[in-house]
Amino acid sequence: MLQGWVIVLTSFAYLGLLFAVAYYADRRADAGRSVIDSPYIYSLSLAVYATAWTFYGSVGRAAVDGVGFLPIYIGPTLMIALWWVVMRKILRISKQHRITSLADFIASRYGKSALLGGVVTVIAVIGILPYISLQLKAVSNSFTIVLQYPEIVMPAKLGAVPLLQDTAFWVALILAAFTILFGTRHLDAAEHHEGMVAAIAFESLVKLVAFLAVGAWVSWGIYNGWGDLFARSAAEPKLAAMLTPFDGVAVSYSGWVWLTILSMLAIMFLPRQFQVTVIENKNEKHLNKAIWLFPLYMLAINLFVLPIAFGGLLHFPGGGVDADTFVLTLPMAEKQELLALAVFIGGLSAATGMVIVETIALSTMICNDLVMPVLLRLRALRLNEQPDLSGLLLGIRRGAIVFLLLLGYLYFRLAGEAYALVSIGLISFAAVAQFAPAALGGIFWRGGTRLGALAGLGAGFAVWFYTLLLPAFARSGWLPLGFLENGPFGIELLKPLALFGVAGLDNITHAMIWSMAANIGAYVGVSLLRAPGAEETRQASLFVDVLRHPVEPGGPRFWRGTAPTPELFNLLARFVGLSNAAEAFADYAQRHGQEAPEARPEADAELVHYVETQLAGVIGAASAHIMVASVVKEEALSLEEVRAMLDEASQIIVYSHRLEQKSQELERATQGLRAANERLTELDRLKDDFVSTVSHELRTPLTSIRAFSEILHDNPELAVAERTRFLNIVIKETERLTRLINQILDVSKLESGRAEWHESLIDLREVIEDTIAATSQLFKERDARLVRRLPAVVPKVVADLDRIVQVLVNLLSNAVKFVEPGRGLVEVTLTEERGFLRVDVRDNGPGVHPAEQDVIFDKFRQAGDTLTGKPQGSGLGLHISRRIVEHFGGRMWVSSSTVEGACFSFTLPLAREAALA
Amino acid sequence: MNRKVLIAEDEPNIVASLEFLLRQSNYDVRVARDGEEALRLVASFAPHLVLLDVMMPRKSGFEVCRHIRGNPAWQHVKVMMLSAKGRDSDIDQGLALGADAYVTKPFSTKALLATVRELLPEDA
Repeated sequence: MLQGWVIVLTSFAYLGLLFAVAYYADRRADAGRSVIDSPYIYSLSLAVYATAWTFYGSVGRAAVDGVGFLPIYIGPTLMIALWWVVMRKILRISKQHRITSLADFIASRYGKSALLGGVVTVIAVIGILPYISLQLKAVSNSFTIVLQYPEIVMPAKLGAVPLLQDTAFWVALILAAFTILFGTRHLDAAEHHEGMVAAIAFESLVKLVAFLAVGAWVSWGIYNGWGDLFARSAAEPKLAAMLTPFDGVAVSYSGWVWLTILSMLAIMFLPRQFQVTVIENKNEKHLNKAIWLFPLYMLAINLFVLPIAFGGLLHFPGGGVDADTFVLTLPMAEKQELLALAVFIGGLSAATGMVIVETIALSTMICNDLVMPVLLRLRALRLNEQPDLSGLLLGIRRGAIVFLLLLGYLYFRLAGEAYALVSIGLISFAAVAQFAPAALGGIFWRGGTRLGALAGLGAGFAVWFYTLLLPAFARSGWLPLGFLENGPFGIELLKPLALFGVAGLDNITHAMIWSMAANIGAYVGVSLLRAPGAEETRQASLFVDVLRHPVEPGGPRFWRGTAPTPELFNLLARFVGLSNAAEAFADYAQRHGQEAPEARPEADAELVHYVETQLAGVIGAASAHIMVASVVKEEALSLEEVRAMLDEASQIIVYSHRLEQKSQELERATQGLRAANERLTELDRLKDDFVSTVSHELRTPLTSIRAFSEILHDNPELAVAERTRFLNIVIKETERLTRLINQILDVSKLESGRAEWHESLIDLREVIEDTIAATSQLFKERDARLVRRLPAVVPKVVADLDRIVQVLVNLLSNAVKFVEPGRGLVEVTLTEERGFLRVDVRDNGPGVHPAEQDVIFDKFRQAGDTLTGKPQGSGLGLHISRRIVEHFGGRMWVSSSTVEGACFSFTLPLAREAALA
Repeated sequence: MNRKVLIAEDEPNIVASLEFLLRQSNYDVRVARDGEEALRLVASFAPHLVLLDVMMPRKSGFEVCRHIRGNPAWQHVKVMMLSAKGRDSDIDQGLALGADAYVTKPFSTKALLATVRELLPEDA
């Protein structure tokens, strides 16, 4: 079944299916019903991270290092957890600036520097090329191996084949054609390649299913599950060692750490990852789901790596079969033709997915950041006079795709079998890791400059080239091996794998330490050396503060100048075509509610900025800037002016932030006011009641006074005895009135806190004795008996002497007032208890009804309302007394039953030692 | 026969002044110290006029007034509310309950007696 034509036909059928998926997605997108606008499709498209390198190479690495393959997948899982902070920012920036690639992103951040964009592009191309060739190698190898069925022969043993019989060559050409069809349908590189993304997501599913199928088959088809498999492996001493992460295998602790860091950076800065994560992203919210879906995919595709690796090692004990091919050769050895075919398709999926996205990303970079800036500067080409450059742009991109794949093939032919799959992949990872300082620094550190980024990238790349790429070349036989063993010109310190004598590290760790040190050092050092220019300062602010900017970025606030509208229109039309340009202008007019902008002879800064952004989506920020500058009469802004504008902008941010705070404060204040108002209304009502009660209390004695005064006035003939009785009433009522007024004033002072207190140490026993003496007349009048139970000595308390006397007089006179004349008994007791002195005044009067015990301390509430004969009093005395006692930290209460009379008690805290001293 | 007046008031000095004034004007006067006593005396003493203090223990003047007006036998009894509560709402409430007059404290003795005379015409 596995004849050559079957495999070729199946492969083409599969590619045809892919194309159908892509075609369908593109049609849906044109109809405005995007299929890729889904977090699930988005997450699947991110899985382009898992290439043929994962598909075949993970097993290869696991067969050598055991669990050493894991950091490559742990890294992305860790990194993606940080995406909410990092990637959200990059996404926001890229959408606002219509970023077309990673090179464009970095160039744009550092003042739209064409040079920087070019450098990034060159590094990316050189760094990624081996990785592309790796995919070609994987497809070609798997094809060759399957063709040998039922024999299992490693491709390396077959020897070199002529170019036209080399499957890798044809694979390269077919993939180039395929990529061109997918990737260059639209000119606007900032727009989404919906078909491509849909196809990639589909491929991610295919490779996952294929890998899970072979994994499950190895685990349960060949062996009796994982238990059996690992038990058998553990029985082999050589395999047992691999099951512990750091024991007896090539990967050390530092190796683990650096591999993890390396893959953390790779998931962000591999051009294809940047493409699917950033450029193709339809909605920032898709990140939320991708943050857990993508790690889940990583977990699933790694689940069977160890079982397959151990299964292969057990199955092919001689070492004659390359572990990189276990996924394929195990089914073949067991005559599982269909499964072998599925694996081949899965591997093809992994490889084509990577190649398509990677070459689209790189071709955009090559076109926008390498070729166009150069062409536009070459006056001899007279590009400025060409009416329509859109054809040229597409041509360059297509050419770049073919160029990249052929270059990849060339590398494959030349580098050959020097390295295992995993090692080649890691070299590429290390190359793109060099973008991290400039890119991450660029979105978090305002101080990073264009020169700093150039220096960092240059230094990092140089170290990478020297410590990773040259040794790879040396191993391929292009350089003498002595270069590795003794250093260049025999200088030991410069040995590429042990730079400056740092030996004992694996080559990736070694290269990462040195290149990152050089990169970050140069980036930070050079950035600090010179202040950034105007354009850099502006872009830095737009990037770093992207999540805080309330206004459209890069808007006219940072730019002054005008341009003739027709020239701007022609400029846009040259790159995007006449109809697209007209559409863009119409769009602008509609969004700004203006008449067609073409109608105005001079374009304002906003329109100029709009055209530049549109152009940036096609040719990148740096080129767009150059092109627009050529038609614009820009009034160059000095650094000072840009600074001033940025200050103003940040002031606006601060101001609007403050406004928000203010409005929140206002809202709180309003709520507070509303509550206060309600409280005031309540207080007003209480005050009203109080005034009403007070006036009632005042009217009562006044009534008697007025009535008797009038009686005395109208009846001069009254008997002397009666006259005297009436006059006495007037006098008593006048005294009552005076007392009442004084107490009202007292209450008012106590309640408003304006009362004056004269605190001193007082001996409560003495005070009680004095008060009893002062009220003895009252007791005599009602013929009541007073019993005192006072200890000889008591501790002192801190209080206002006069106020305490006031309290005691109130209690004693109340008590004597309520007892029955002639049979009254009042008992005064003083005790000390738990830090307090307690005074009880007990009487044998009618007592206080339980229902009234709570309210008699309220203002104008008198006991005795239920009794005949209202006692004389204002109804304020107890209220005042309680307030006084509470002021000094004590309590006042009444306990009573209607049988035993009432007992009023109060406490006062003992003076502290400090007060006594 | 002297007209009978019941004074329902709990302030002893006000009672003293009212007693003096009414006796001087030859009314037959009785005194109740709270609302319940007042109702008992309305039944037993059968006054022609009740001077009714509003703020009384046990039963307020308003309640006493409601009882008087609720009893068909006492429809002829005149009621004069006498109160230190001088707000319009209090006066309205008293009159709504069927009081014939509402006098606020402190009162003018002449005006009070004039009102009493008005409520108890000699020839009735």
